[in-house]
Amino acid sequence: MTVLDTTDIRPSETAVRFPGTLPRLIPNPPVTAIGAHLDWYGPAPHTGAGLIAEAERAGLRGRGGAGFPTAVKMAAVARRRGGVVVANGTEGEPASDKDKTLMALAPHLVLDGAVAAARAVGADRAIICVERSAKGAIRALRAALAERHAARMDAIELSVALTPNRYVAGEASALVHWLNGGDARPTFSPHRQAERGVRGRPTLVDNVETLAHLALIARYRGEWWRSVGTAEDPGSALVTISGAVARPGVYEIPLGARLAGVLAAAGGPTHAVQAVLVGGYFGSWLPAAAIDQARLDASSLREWGAGLGCGALAVLPEGACGLAESARVTAWLAGQNAGQCGPCVFGLPAIAGAMDAMVQGDNHGVAQREAGRWTELVRGRGACKHPDGTAQFVASSLKTFAGEIEAHRRRGPCPGPAGLLPVPAPGAWR
Amino acid sequence: MSMRLTVNPITCVGHGLCAELFPEGITLDDWGYPIIDPGTIPPHLEAQARRAVSACPTLALLVTTERSAADVRK
Repeated sequence: MTVLDTTDIRPSETAVRFPGTLPRLIPNPPVTAIGAHLDWYGPAPHTGAGLIAEAERAGLRGRGGAGFPTAVKMAAVARRRGGVVVANGTEGEPASDKDKTLMALAPHLVLDGAVAAARAVGADRAIICVERSAKGAIRALRAALAERHAARMDAIELSVALTPNRYVAGEASALVHWLNGGDARPTFSPHRQAERGVRGRPTLVDNVETLAHLALIARYRGEWWRSVGTAEDPGSALVTISGAVARPGVYEIPLGARLAGVLAAAGGPTHAVQAVLVGGYFGSWLPAAAIDQARLDASSLREWGAGLGCGALAVLPEGACGLAESARVTAWLAGQNAGQCGPCVFGLPAIAGAMDAMVQGDNHGVAQREAGRWTELVRGRGACKHPDGTAQFVASSLKTFAGEIEAHRRRGPCPGPAGLLPVPAPGAWR
Repeated sequence: MSMRLTVNPITCVGHGLCAELFPEGITLDDWGYPIIDPGTIPPHLEAQARRAVSACPTLALLVTTERSAADVRK
């Protein structure tokens, strides 16, 4: 196969057909079958290493939560020979559904992205990792792989791997460890995955939505891609909206969209809003006042002490107890620790215990003080960012629901059960 | 050369010997796990830091050395 530089790519008619419009990633109705996919997007060009520069021009950042520049990651793997691409579709975040939805409704775009990434970094194989419980995504990916195989579309080896249902199993080092035959727990290694990953080979681990964007950049180039979004935070992103909105679900937004507009796209709030959780369970609560002011991009959210993370938004209505909801999530996060690093193994349950004490009103200010101190104490002290993410969520909860904490201290626990934010049962490590 | 300490949080089980041998650079948290001073270790304390490293029963405490700008110029 001849590998062409992206300078040979011309925007196809499809790009002209929807220049600045959304959705880009999941057309409505979806184009799941290979024929419909190719009709809609046009054929995937045979891009090579030039795609890295194109991703840099686009300004594409990872959509898995950390927001790292994709071109930098790709370049680190491309420098070394014999690479592997891992498409990370493990979406252990309970409030997020966007990766599962994308894989179920646009499997070929994800696979196009994985193939384009592999060719760009000189990899001969790509592994799509999906949580075992994501049945719809698994079915769609397998059907898509069968179609591509029958059509002899791809010169690289593509496979699907079904991962354990654990929150930290999707962390890059945990995923690589599991693919190498270990359990799905993070590792502490001086080597980065880009140097030594799957079977000791240089490994590019990219979120599946990131790869789908890469597939669009390969077709229509970076300049087209950044025609939506802001100059600093270009492009579009999938968000999962849950809680008190009329039509919860997955939506594609231009980065920099007003929070109010994004909630309106989901049918608008069904109740007066108390707070909005932005960025999932490693994210932050925004007060209702932020709805008309905050924009969903890194610089605007930073002013609110938040970040878009994995794009999960949960709307908490007035009348719900933000403290009880946060305590329940904290207990879940504590239970999701990998059982490896002391500060996380002991610190997170201690923090969760303090949160529960605040819910019970059994506080006298001690639990509140200790929770605040412990969140600072556990940051940066794990092999992965699980303690940091949990600390971020708890610190934001303590700040946002200070009034609720005081009310519980005076009047004891509130009657209503918490249960707005989902907390699934944990799975096995292998 | 400037010297720093780092801990492998997975192999560390919180024996706490390091904090006893090198209290100037290591304290213990509420659960007995070391909190390492992130700065470089002053030359006169390097021997003490190395003693803490070799005393760790699980070999979790690690020395990282880096060449300073002055070293590079030499």
